[in-house]
Amino acid sequence: MSLLEIHGVSKAFGGIHALDACSLTVEQGSITGLIGPNGSGKTTLFNVITGYERPDAGTVTFKGTDITNANPSAIFGLGMGRTFQLVRIFPRLTVMENMHIAVQRRGLRALLSRWTAPHERAHAQELLDFVGISHLTDAPAENLSYGQKRLLEFAMILIALPEVVLLDEPAGGVNPTLATQLTERIKMLNKSGITFLIVEHNMQFVMSLCDKVAVMHRGALLTEGTPEQVRGNPAVLEAYLGD
Amino acid sequence: MKQPLNSRLIKIAWPLLLLVVAVAFPLIDNSPAEQNVAILTLIFASLATAWNIFSGYTGYIALGQTTYFGFGAYAFSLITVNQHLSGGFGLFLLVPVAGLIAALLAIPIGWISLRTRGHAFVVITLVTVFIFQLLAFNLRGITLGSAGIFLPAPGFPIDWILLPYYYVQLAILVLALLVSWYIRSSRYGLWLLAIRDDEDRAEGLGVRTGASKLTAFIISAFFVGMVGAMYAYFIGSIYPQYVFDPALSITIVLMAFLGGIGTLSGPIVGALILETAQQYFSMNAQTGYYQIFLGALFLIIMLLLPQGIVRSLSRVWTAWRVRRGAGGSPVASEHQPVAVEKG
Amino acid sequence: MPLEFDPVTIFDAVLAGILTGTVYALMATGLSLIFGVLDIIDVSQAGYVVLAAYLSLVLQQALHIDLFLGLLITMPLLFLLGLAIELTFIRPIKRDRTQLSILVTFGIGLVIEGVLGVKFGTTEQELNAWYITQGVKVGNFYLSYVYIFAFILAVVLIGALFLLLYRTKFGRSVRALMQNRTAAQLIGINVERVSAITFAIGVALTAAGGMAYGATTPFNNNSWYDLITRLFAIIILGGLGSVQGALIGGIIMLVLSDVTAVVWSPVWSSSVFFVALVLLLLFRPQGLFGRLATRKQ
Repeated sequence: MSLLEIHGVSKAFGGIHALDACSLTVEQGSITGLIGPNGSGKTTLFNVITGYERPDAGTVTFKGTDITNANPSAIFGLGMGRTFQLVRIFPRLTVMENMHIAVQRRGLRALLSRWTAPHERAHAQELLDFVGISHLTDAPAENLSYGQKRLLEFAMILIALPEVVLLDEPAGGVNPTLATQLTERIKMLNKSGITFLIVEHNMQFVMSLCDKVAVMHRGALLTEGTPEQVRGNPAVLEAYLGD
Repeated sequence: MKQPLNSRLIKIAWPLLLLVVAVAFPLIDNSPAEQNVAILTLIFASLATAWNIFSGYTGYIALGQTTYFGFGAYAFSLITVNQHLSGGFGLFLLVPVAGLIAALLAIPIGWISLRTRGHAFVVITLVTVFIFQLLAFNLRGITLGSAGIFLPAPGFPIDWILLPYYYVQLAILVLALLVSWYIRSSRYGLWLLAIRDDEDRAEGLGVRTGASKLTAFIISAFFVGMVGAMYAYFIGSIYPQYVFDPALSITIVLMAFLGGIGTLSGPIVGALILETAQQYFSMNAQTGYYQIFLGALFLIIMLLLPQGIVRSLSRVWTAWRVRRGAGGSPVASEHQPVAVEKG
Repeated sequence: MPLEFDPVTIFDAVLAGILTGTVYALMATGLSLIFGVLDIIDVSQAGYVVLAAYLSLVLQQALHIDLFLGLLITMPLLFLLGLAIELTFIRPIKRDRTQLSILVTFGIGLVIEGVLGVKFGTTEQELNAWYITQGVKVGNFYLSYVYIFAFILAVVLIGALFLLLYRTKFGRSVRALMQNRTAAQLIGINVERVSAITFAIGVALTAAGGMAYGATTPFNNNSWYDLITRLFAIIILGGLGSVQGALIGGIIMLVLSDVTAVVWSPVWSSSVFFVALVLLLLFRPQGLFGRLATRKQ
């Protein structure tokens, strides 16, 4: 059994088939890249997996549990975190406050606890340190640069100790230095056991990071394999150049 | 985030000093007219603080808090009259009961109205006020309709007849402030603020948005209901059009915006300014001028100072300190999470 | 309370409901149009209605101008007022439009209420004309001509509005804006200009609504609170931002109220409508014709 199994998922908006019987599996402990031309359905697939959209057909299974029609909150609770193509943080809260939104512990006590207590802050601080924005702890999130917001969004997910993280174009709009730094962080987290599924246009980023690459085209899986296999596949090139 | 000891002391000292002044005020100034205004100010400050607990934190602008004000007032009055209770200190014990009844009403109304967002939510909350005003007029068998309900006289000695109202209302305000402050510094408060910024994203991060909003709505209604009961007892009579008054909702919202929504001190500052103005106009001007003043103030605040007086002043203060080289970086001093909210 | 089901009386009530409902629909259409194009809730709309009723009163009393003829003066006047208000108060709201616009327009409504209060006091006023006092007997009750005239006026204005929306270039821009603001901007629609004109049209329509309102109901400077609730209830029932919804919502509301008034009691006429509204919201939070407010991902 794979960690995440997507089977025959379809989704249409109006008459347009964003996903057409798409199937994909993500193995435990892997870093899977998801590439494909614009409009091939990558973000829609992310939305379906994480519960932001309901598929018209097909199933999504996570750790053996059917999550096809679960809501985003339940899926997040099961240990699947995601980031968005356009960063979604809470702009009017400070960086530290943003870090405390995601649920780490359940129960009323956790909810009524004062997050400003030192031990509550310590863990968040460590993670901010890890992604490299700990100097911005008390700044309002809206004052961060685009790249810093991406890192914050990433850290916000990590605080909930997810098993799998879905990143939607993590390197988009991020300067090369930060992107390299991000690659390192993802590798470190992967070693500690977190599985990644990454949508990315930056081929260099994908090829250097992923151990498996899946290519989407017109809402379905075109091919998958190691970065080398995918790179050498003429069908992939045709998908990007064609139409 | 380490703060120097004296700045932390100042943060505790200011509210304490204000509390001491508030407690001492009626003992020093025993003019009934001024004590009267002081009680009304406390009433409005409590309402604006209660409004802030829901709307200020979640960003859902509720224009229907008057519903719970009126419901609290009617619950209090009907129990008093039907049980033939006599005036005195005992009636103050009914105030939290009235608050609870208002909170119970807030459960179904909140549940229905919070299914909508943005514009629709605002409009629905405003509509609820009218529904209840209509009910209060029309259910004559229960509410006596437009004849109103008269409450028993308190029977306090004339020397300090207003003092019990003043101190009970002050206690309600302090309690509302403490609850508001506690929520703001808890993870639950962060959840509410996250809902304000991006509700869908918050939900995706495991925030139980529906339950969080409804809880805040009910807490707010509880306090508003208590204030409604206090108002009924203090004024001595209630009528549908005065306790289910849509303009009251608007006044509360303006007070909160005037001071600054989402802050603790904002609603109090707003209530002080507006209540003073209201008194001035009711004594010195004919009908209409107060509405013009209120409307113009609305326009000025919304268009020029949407952040409210407290935040705008604290920004000016910070800028001044930075210019003098006394403060740290403007970012650090302006956004210490709790410090700023305390204003 | 005894319920009366006399078919003739009910027919009368439905007729009266349709006649007045169309006038309410006219006012609600303006509100819905403004919501759809400017993405704001215009609370002051009811304030313009009351203002228009007073303007008609002044024109009639001071200059002896007929109420319907007076519209030739009040409509352009309110159009200009709408334009001025949009430019000074609505356009500058950039952030938190939803919240701030409601409060800003409430402020405008308060100023109107205050000015009318200073000028006319809070005494209830009534408009007078031969067609208000005279009428025809329909079924069991006496229908004053003004209901029929106001109905015809409302139908003509709504018709004109639909022609404007569906047969002109300006109307196309308006509909494009209502569907997708960003896309409309991209295809070169002058959003600011269309917004200002739409707002002004919405306000101008209240001139007719206000005259009809004043001719059928006693009013004072506080009347706008009651009126705005009804208008809001109508557009929520119809679905925010739907012009057709406003039209049908207006008629449903008044028919329901008038029928309740004759079958049960006038006291409960508005309550029944509000209950119907609440029930509808339980099952369709977006209203009859509305789309659910969702945020973009």
